[in-house]
Amino acid sequence: MIKKIVLPLFVIALMFACSSDNDNSDNPDQDQFNRQAMLINWADNIIIPALQDISLQLNQMVSDKDEFLATPNQNTLSDLRTSWLEAYKTWQYVEMFNIGRAEQINYAFQMNIYPTNVSDIQNNIASGNYDLSNVNNNDAVGFPAVDYMIYGIAANDTEILNAYNSAANADANKQYLSDLIEQMKDLTTVVVNDWITNYRDEFVAGTGNTATSSTNKLTNDYIFYYEKGLRANKIGIPAGVFSSTPLNEKVEGFYSKQVSKVLAMNALDAVQDFFNGKHYASNQTSESFKSYLDFLNTISQGEDLASLINNQFNEARTKIQALDDNFSSQVQTDNTKMTEAYDALQAAVVLLKVDMIQAMNISVDFVDADGD
Amino acid sequence: MKPNDQTYFKSLTDAAPLAVFRIGFGVMMCFSIIRFWYHGWIEKLYIQPKFHFKYYGFDWVKSLGDYNYLLFFICGISALFVAFGLKYRLAIITFFLSFTYIELIDKTTYLNHYYFISILSFLMIFLPANAYFSVDNILRKQYMTKIPKWTIDSIKLLLGIVYVYAGLAKINSDWLFRAMPLQIWLPSKYDLPFIGENLMQQDWFHYAMSWSGMLYDLTIPILLLYKRTRIFAFVLVVFFHVFTRVLFPIGMFPFIMIVGTLIFFEAKFHHKVIAVIKRLLRPFRTEIKPISETKYKMSKQKFILPVLALFFICQTLLPFRYLLYPEELFWTEEGYRFSWRVMLMEKAGHTTFKIVDAKSGQSFYVQNDDFLTSFQEKQMSFQPDFILEYAHYLGDHFTAQGHKNIQVFAESYVALNGRVSQPYIDSSVDLYKVEESFKHKHWILPFKDDIKGL
Repeated sequence: MIKKIVLPLFVIALMFACSSDNDNSDNPDQDQFNRQAMLINWADNIIIPALQDISLQLNQMVSDKDEFLATPNQNTLSDLRTSWLEAYKTWQYVEMFNIGRAEQINYAFQMNIYPTNVSDIQNNIASGNYDLSNVNNNDAVGFPAVDYMIYGIAANDTEILNAYNSAANADANKQYLSDLIEQMKDLTTVVVNDWITNYRDEFVAGTGNTATSSTNKLTNDYIFYYEKGLRANKIGIPAGVFSSTPLNEKVEGFYSKQVSKVLAMNALDAVQDFFNGKHYASNQTSESFKSYLDFLNTISQGEDLASLINNQFNEARTKIQALDDNFSSQVQTDNTKMTEAYDALQAAVVLLKVDMIQAMNISVDFVDADGD
Repeated sequence: MKPNDQTYFKSLTDAAPLAVFRIGFGVMMCFSIIRFWYHGWIEKLYIQPKFHFKYYGFDWVKSLGDYNYLLFFICGISALFVAFGLKYRLAIITFFLSFTYIELIDKTTYLNHYYFISILSFLMIFLPANAYFSVDNILRKQYMTKIPKWTIDSIKLLLGIVYVYAGLAKINSDWLFRAMPLQIWLPSKYDLPFIGENLMQQDWFHYAMSWSGMLYDLTIPILLLYKRTRIFAFVLVVFFHVFTRVLFPIGMFPFIMIVGTLIFFEAKFHHKVIAVIKRLLRPFRTEIKPISETKYKMSKQKFILPVLALFFICQTLLPFRYLLYPEELFWTEEGYRFSWRVMLMEKAGHTTFKIVDAKSGQSFYVQNDDFLTSFQEKQMSFQPDFILEYAHYLGDHFTAQGHKNIQVFAESYVALNGRVSQPYIDSSVDLYKVEESFKHKHWILPFKDDIKGL
């Protein structure tokens, strides 16, 4: 008797359900979004090419370093500085991929922790006895340490050259600079080789929606990088957003005095290109967060989420564009512009961390407690 | 549901269903505690955090540090005692107190089903669940085969309330006409075998699940009550809960509900269950002295019935307390908890705090991960009472550090059921000056949409 009532009720519910979907019918494509294609695009067109590029740049840096150390003069120093900056710019396209071997060996921590610790560096040079891969040396290695060695070790270029020529500890300085750059190259080789020979296939196969699957891990890495590596480290912390007073000495590339903006711009480009699935050093695009979001059809307020995010990135770019080449002097002269850039970057954190994550239904953390 | 007739409260029924329920409950609870321990959650949720979010009025419930393990141990052992029916009354009271204490330590971990366990164990304090097939029978050398019918009905009533209120809560425009949040959750299960890549992606399927979920919750207590539909209903119960278990990380709850609904079956079934358990226990059996049957002392009811009447009145009214608040319930969450609002929202937020020196105007932002675990930060970010409590914690913290004239402002964005995030908290209100209360929180910004329904 009751069965006769309930079953039809369920059927009616089903019919109701089927007929009421005209709300969302502006998504005619019911095709599957190919998540593996997204992972393949990330690996083959973005991550590996970027890593290969920085690998080349670091080779160049090594040979420029060798020439500089052989004959330290203004020309060789200038060449080394150029290749350092080129590699540092490319690094902005790599830092966010803290996955696979890079995660295991703490790649990013050994490449770009700043502000660098001058007393650690000086102690290392003085003792001549150091393990650069030691965690305690994370703030005495990588690009920021090289920045100090080629721009900040003395007050002006003449004296810097002195430090590698006639200074009492010139040999120790040379050795340290050489070890720094070789270490960066070696680490990068390890990461690139592992991607090519091994990790790429594992990465591409991890299409599930679990805490350890490739999509989820890299999404977490991406947002983490955007929030900490870009928003906080490059802009927020120097601008004093998290402290009572601004901390201008905490900018990226502090000693070279002119690269913090170009590095931040590259980082923002890298973040946006990755979002849009733009192939590394090319204008072609493939499956990405953007196309995934378009597929998920999270349309609201007349605009879709992917456009909202792109617009916010663009606004942040405009704000960063308005800053001084050297964020350190920007902080000292007009910090308001810095905090404006921070606010523009922060607005995209909300869109990425709340809206994009919600649309994709990826957990941002690894809390595995029950839900209900 | 209870006839208001004195004869009803005197009528007796077979004691077996309650005995089986007691065993099932005790075993599941003991297993839940072990599972919680095994996953390292005691450490992660109750020991590691520097700070715990408290239920209003329960600030005095503190984490016991490493002694939390002792607390869980006591809770697990008392659950086992409940299963055995050994010193039952003491065991169930101990279980209720220890379990509820654990839940009160930190509201970050609030789940409807933990609340359900708390109130169910409270109810069981008043029920003669050790009347039959218990160790207490052996100790006291007496047992009962008959207990008042209301004792079993009270559990059915509680289960019925849970289901019906869960069903009523689903009667809203987001759930029924936008298929939210299933429209978000189901497509993300693309990695399920067989159905992940097709069924889970279909729009009609999301609606079908929403509607049938609502109808299931509303009708299942009735279907379980009637003998003719009971088997069909139980099949639905098993299917529904197993399905939700596959889809969502809801731990033990589905199994607890499946075992719980067995109480709707006839005593004949429970005697069979007891027979099976007896057979399993045969190898351990020792000589048992002859025991005699006694009768339930009706005089106890004078005290128990009013208590339970009050209990059920509260249970019936509590889910409707949201009506006392203005604004959208899903947005403000004022009156959201303890109301069987299960799986209704996909809600997430991002909330940052600005510490301002009122005199100098100097300010800085707080890095939440300096103070909160990622789980706490996630929960804090979209629940106003968490935001307020945390603002006070921050204010106290920085005042203690020597900062003067502290003001605490929150900048918060929240997204609800697939809508684009919007500002959540009035960032011009100094939350350090606002006191928690049951009054409406006027500093929550209005929701820019409309969700219709109960």
